Amino acid sequence: MARRATPEVNAGSMADIAFLLLIFFLVTTTIEKDSGIARQLPPIEEIVDPPKIKEKNLFIVNVNRNDQLLVEEKLMELKDLRQAAIAFLDNGGAPSGSPEYCNYCKGQKNPESSDNPDKAVISVQNDRLTSYKMYIAVQNELVAAYNFLRDRESQRLYGWKFTEKTKELDEGKIKGDAAQEALQEKLETVQKLFPMKLSEAEPKKSGQ
Amino acid sequence: MSKFRKKKSNELPPVSTASLPDIVFMLLFFFMVVTVLRDDNLLVQNKLPKADQVEKLKKDRSVYIYAGKPSSRYQDKFGTEAKIQIGDKYTDITNIKFALTEMRQKLLPELQDKVMVALKVDEQTNTGMVTDIKQELRELNMLKLIYITTPGNELSN
Repeated sequence: MARRATPEVNAGSMADIAFLLLIFFLVTTTIEKDSGIARQLPPIEEIVDPPKIKEKNLFIVNVNRNDQLLVEEKLMELKDLRQAAIAFLDNGGAPSGSPEYCNYCKGQKNPESSDNPDKAVISVQNDRLTSYKMYIAVQNELVAAYNFLRDRESQRLYGWKFTEKTKELDEGKIKGDAAQEALQEKLETVQKLFPMKLSEAEPKKSGQ
Repeated sequence: MSKFRKKKSNELPPVSTASLPDIVFMLLFFFMVVTVLRDDNLLVQNKLPKADQVEKLKKDRSVYIYAGKPSSRYQDKFGTEAKIQIGDKYTDITNIKFALTEMRQKLLPELQDKVMVALKVDEQTNTGMVTDIKQELRELNMLKLIYITTPGNELSN
């Protein structure tokens, strides 16, 4: 008896079924790509003796209810904030020879501005009616100022950029525990040169 | 001669669609791998502000807080005043602690101490509300937070 060919199974609807599944997944799932500006809040504790900060070491950024910027008592556009913050942090106003002298600062060494990056504090004050958009924009510019300076220093010391290496470490591109630890140490050295000192004052109620 | 002539029909042979399911399955698997199921049903408007100096969020140890005006379909019921959403429901500012503790319980036990609060706040919200949330977080001793943003820069537009 001649062998009969098995009849072909009709698979025409398979594509439709697969499409249904695909569309279901497209609708119910999201691609997560959350990233943002990370912050550490100060813990609640009674500060008995608030540390004294010299006025020249303080960089005051005020944002009012109309999203206008007042930096060191002068009106400023958002686009100039980054440069102003860099100039302040990098100033290194302490005279050479004094213990606070900053030998890696490339700023103007203006004695009226910050002594060294370790002493420099940026204080941000918002109004309660400031928009969140503006708040984030200001924070972003200030972080950018720190990142710029850290990049510059890591470039000088090690030949790579601080932000790039941090990103690689985050993404797990650095293999091996020893390599990770070595990098972590270097990152901390750079961080110490420009420690992030951002303080947030209690927001004012509008009209005060 | 006619013996060797192949029988030719005048119709074109049908195009084989046998590989179509395979292609669709490939797409399906791709989407299954790169996406996650949506866990929160968003009740508030959520247009995030832009920033470019960002860090990646560690998703396994974070608790989300959403804030913003209620979405348009809920505005009849809840008004247009900005609201806070934790989990799947609106939360009052006084109720944040309870809701957050509840959310923290759902995380892996070894990560509960390292919990990070992810703030997804609409860009039109007032900073005052964010400050209130932060004050509650300080009282709860959940001090790590991250302001979720979209890539971009406020200056470029």
